[in-house]
Amino acid sequence: MAEIDSKFISIEGIARRYPKREGGVTTIFENLWLQVPRGEFVCIIGHSGCGKTSVLNILAGLETPSDGAVIVDGQAISGPSLDRAVIFQGHALLPWRTVLGNVAYAVSSRWRKAGKAEVDERSRRFIELVGLKGSELKKPAELSGGMRQRVGIARALSIEPKILLMDEPFSALDALTRGTLQDEVRRICTATGQTVVMITHDVDEAIYLADKIVLMTNGPEAMVAEVVANPLPKDRVRDSIHRHEDYYVVRNHLVDFLVSRSRTFRDEKPAGYDPRRPPIVKLGSAAQAAEMANTIPFPATASARD
Amino acid sequence: MKSLGVRAGILSVVLFLAFCLAWQIAVTPSTSSGPALDPEYAKLMGITTVGAQSAMPGPLDVAQKFWDAMKNPFYDNGPNDKGLGLQLLYSIGRVAIGYGLAVLVAVPVGFLIGMSPLAYRALDPFIQVLKPISPLAWMPLALYTIKDSNLSAIFVIFICSVWPMLLNTAFGVGAVRKEWLNVALTLEVGAWRRAFTVILPAAAPTILTGMRISIGIAWLVIVAAEMLVGGTGIGYFVWNEWNNLSIANVIVGILLIGIAGMILDLILARLQRRVTFPE
Ligand SMILES: Nc1ncnc2c1ncn2[C@@H]1O[C@H](COP(=O)(O)OP(=O)(O)OP(=O)(O)O)[C@@H](O)[C@H]1O
Ligand SMILES: [Mg+2]
Repeated sequence: MAEIDSKFISIEGIARRYPKREGGVTTIFENLWLQVPRGEFVCIIGHSGCGKTSVLNILAGLETPSDGAVIVDGQAISGPSLDRAVIFQGHALLPWRTVLGNVAYAVSSRWRKAGKAEVDERSRRFIELVGLKGSELKKPAELSGGMRQRVGIARALSIEPKILLMDEPFSALDALTRGTLQDEVRRICTATGQTVVMITHDVDEAIYLADKIVLMTNGPEAMVAEVVANPLPKDRVRDSIHRHEDYYVVRNHLVDFLVSRSRTFRDEKPAGYDPRRPPIVKLGSAAQAAEMANTIPFPATASARD
Repeated sequence: MKSLGVRAGILSVVLFLAFCLAWQIAVTPSTSSGPALDPEYAKLMGITTVGAQSAMPGPLDVAQKFWDAMKNPFYDNGPNDKGLGLQLLYSIGRVAIGYGLAVLVAVPVGFLIGMSPLAYRALDPFIQVLKPISPLAWMPLALYTIKDSNLSAIFVIFICSVWPMLLNTAFGVGAVRKEWLNVALTLEVGAWRRAFTVILPAAAPTILTGMRISIGIAWLVIVAAEMLVGGTGIGYFVWNEWNNLSIANVIVGILLIGIAGMILDLILARLQRRVTFPE
């Protein structure tokens, strides 16, 4: 059971390759391994084009990997599933349906035999949960960007997925709206113990939301350089998070990675790097003692996952 | 400063009155009372140009005829004397049947073509060759095989309205946004339900555009087809009145063709607006 739980999602050696126009193939990534335990919130960060969306689409079952497999809850996935809800980057609401219609579409797909009243009631509950009460009968075109994204969130949550997959869900929003939505997503996901994989470009977003942050190197032939365990306490709140002593330690580490190591990692792999077991990096005060004893220099404060 | 609509309306009326005035002046016989009929035209009709009365009616004559026709539009005194409303109904009926059959064929077939790149590639050459054929060119073939002038006219309507709908449906279905299809896929929506809940609503505006183009073409073609096959219909009426040399009635017929065509287009435009969604 514990074994299954720590490998709730297991990405096993997946690859994505495209044929080049002039012949040959481009390898976006290959031999990619990653495990996500049940109930964990994982963020993937990396530069544009490194293949994050591809990884997420493979997880969703919308794309098949050129190689390898994804195991969820002990079973290899073979296509899209109601167990894995996706919040798309471009909100992807059906514009001819109302807010209620969009959420109800998901609910009635999940519970095929449910009556109309039941579907309606459940849809309204989730619309209220994301703070859109009163806008049920509006069409997506009448909503602001933030409200549309909320509908996308309500739609994904309403089907009670085992896994929530999000592709840069907040990147098109202004800072204030983004903050509010992050708060809501974090509140809902921690309350329900939701397993989440989220892609983001935003380092602060990752630190606020994620339990673990997966760092991908630049493409082509991108790889998972390391997985950073977030040292901030579970009960962190947005307003004070930046005053935490470990905040800038993590932040600097992530920014350093994006600025330089994402590019150079390939040529400067730490000794013993194994793509099947990307190192888990522990930072901050709690990890300090371990670091004292460690003689390996900075980037490899990693302790191999086991 | 009145609204643009009011000003445009006033301008329309002014233009209409100016046109009628010019028309009236053009057909009023000059006082010198020369031969008012165009000699060419007279020769064509086999009549001699006698009298000063122009054969070309003025707007008032036409208005009078129009009024007469509207007073009793549905009378039926045998094959050569039917009310204008009745003739119009014959034409609309033929268009409705031919066009309706075309919808029933074009939309499902277009759907399949749009869903399958293979079908699209395979059928494209046929469509490209058949599409530019003038629908009236089918008439001899239709008359020969169907042996019924009424059904042949309906067939011609069918064949001319099928292509725009077929192509637009295929295009609209093929162009449904990937992300909407992905939404349905991640919700494990089956193929049938996906077709009706995602693809059809997404493609509906494009399909309706095709239907609107088709009804326009069908209405253009029915007039010509009825001139060929004769018997009933507004096209036959116009041709018959030309043979009767009643130019005023010809003009009334033309007016009605225009008005009916406009109404058909308005109906389709309204439907189109109903399925169009803002993004
Ligand atoms: N159909 C395709 N054919 C060829 N190359 C493709 C195709 N689709 C994607 N790619 C390439 O795959 C790479 C990864 O794309 P992906 O969308 O996963 O990147 P990403 O990490 O999500 O980027 P971003 O952060 O900009 O969203 C890109 O370099 C892209 O050029
Ligand atoms: Mg992306």
